[in-house]
Amino acid sequence: MLAQNVITVKNLSAGYSSRRTNNIVFENANFSIAKGEFVGILGPNGAGKTTLFKVLLGILKPMSGEVAVLGEKCKSSNCQTNCKIGYVPQRHTFNSDSMIEALEIVRLGINGRKYGFSLPATSRMERAAAFEMLKIVGAQDLAYRPLGALSGGELQRIFLAQALVGNPDLLFLDEPLASLDIRRENEFVRLIKKTAQERNITVLLIAHNINPLLPVLNKVIYVANHRVLVGDANEVFTSAFLTKLYNSPVEVLRDSFGRIAIIGAQEGGHECDHKHG
Amino acid sequence: MNATTNMDNLMFSFNIISDLKTMFQYDFMLHAFQAGTIVAIVAGLIGYFIVLRRSSFAAHALSHVGFTGAAGAVLMGINPIFGLFLFTMSGGVFIGILGRKAESRDVQIGTVLAFMLGLGVLFISLYKGYATEAYSLLFGEILGISSSNVLITLIAGILIAIALGVFYRPILFVSLDEDVAEAKGLSVFWIGILFMLLIAAATSIAVQVVGVLLIFSLMVTPAAIAERLASKPSHGIIISVLIAVLATWLGLFISFYLPYPVSFFITAIVFIIYIFVRLIPNFRNIFFHKLP
Repeated sequence: MLAQNVITVKNLSAGYSSRRTNNIVFENANFSIAKGEFVGILGPNGAGKTTLFKVLLGILKPMSGEVAVLGEKCKSSNCQTNCKIGYVPQRHTFNSDSMIEALEIVRLGINGRKYGFSLPATSRMERAAAFEMLKIVGAQDLAYRPLGALSGGELQRIFLAQALVGNPDLLFLDEPLASLDIRRENEFVRLIKKTAQERNITVLLIAHNINPLLPVLNKVIYVANHRVLVGDANEVFTSAFLTKLYNSPVEVLRDSFGRIAIIGAQEGGHECDHKHG
Repeated sequence: MNATTNMDNLMFSFNIISDLKTMFQYDFMLHAFQAGTIVAIVAGLIGYFIVLRRSSFAAHALSHVGFTGAAGAVLMGINPIFGLFLFTMSGGVFIGILGRKAESRDVQIGTVLAFMLGLGVLFISLYKGYATEAYSLLFGEILGISSSNVLITLIAGILIAIALGVFYRPILFVSLDEDVAEAKGLSVFWIGILFMLLIAAATSIAVQVVGVLLIFSLMVTPAAIAERLASKPSHGIIISVLIAVLATWLGLFISFYLPYPVSFFITAIVFIIYIFVRLIPNFRNIFFHKLP
């Protein structure tokens, strides 16, 4: 039985246009993602990975092509679809010395869109649900700690809990591994995989390092050189595939543990600087 | 208007009830307490979000833009409050359209702020009469508030409080985590404009109490103190409002007996509390860690 597609992208071109320039980030992207898949989005800096998320979230209008998320053609981020998407952005705008406790940030994942104040009973229920989610991501000890006192790894768990607390069908994670050491990278990926599997959530995760994702990946979206290519990790991470993508010699090396290292430089100013190994 | 005019024989009696009774026999003190309380509540409410968004400089700039509007109105012979309101609202919409990043663009905002203040000075110099109204807008003139001004302040204050109550969570979400809020479908653009309009409206009424130059004392300092103490936004808002109200009441009370401006006492009180909270790093842990 074929799994239902939760994301379908046809002939998508995206970028940023102004009066004078039309900066196309990538064009003619075609792919679909089935329910429950764990998808890694990789590529060099500035290639358009976050831009792809913005289009899928409806924040950025496509230049051309069609995007359907959870069966709905998303034209703007106001559509109800976004309530079913948990999102952890690359950067957060809160004050780094904020004294607001972590539980309140998670709670915004439940009530942030609502108008007016919560009644005391509703407020208690929201806090209980937020605490339960913190337990699931193993961060219950951080619930009452000020945000400003948390480390990068601890914050990632808090933001993951915030993204999950609204019971999403889709989870978009933009470089959640960036501030973690190798051990915590692996732990965090396992945690996401376990939680997503239990709740039947489809995960799209942007990363620079493919290796912690290798055990859990169903699919890879590789964004580079204005193109978006999709396949499984074994298809994408080959010298022939990436050489063709970049129009420049690229070598993919694998060590005895199956870890990948990519060596090479690309045309169009992209530097192959990600540490796949 | 000076509080000690024709009241030189008034002395603090250490009987608060009796002192307050004496104080409230004077209409100007009653009006000052009424308007001051409304303004302090509004400033404390919106101030917490200003501090969370790190938009205090933008809020400060709005008050200066308002001063220019007020000075222009004085020059044209109309009520300066209209000029103040028009300019702060227009400035609020302008900063809102530029977006959240504009709110923290210190250099650009500072440049516009300095120009607007210069323009205000020009307007005052062009004015042939006594520009006492413009002066009072710079430093506040709470003891000169009329009962009709109290009513206007009350209506504006209620409207601002209602708007903040309705949009409390979306504004909080956008202030704390703009990208996630936008991804969840909140319109960061419109919430930004609404927020700047609310700041503009709050500034227009707060100027009566502390003036353009001292607006920070009610709109930013109490909220900055609250941000250091509260672990929940709702507690932060309550603390911010309480400090603003306390400072305003104490400032008015002291100025009734001493021949110095109310604005000075209000700014001094919030400054002392701020320094106290900053100097004692464990203050929050000592008093607030057991809050549920």
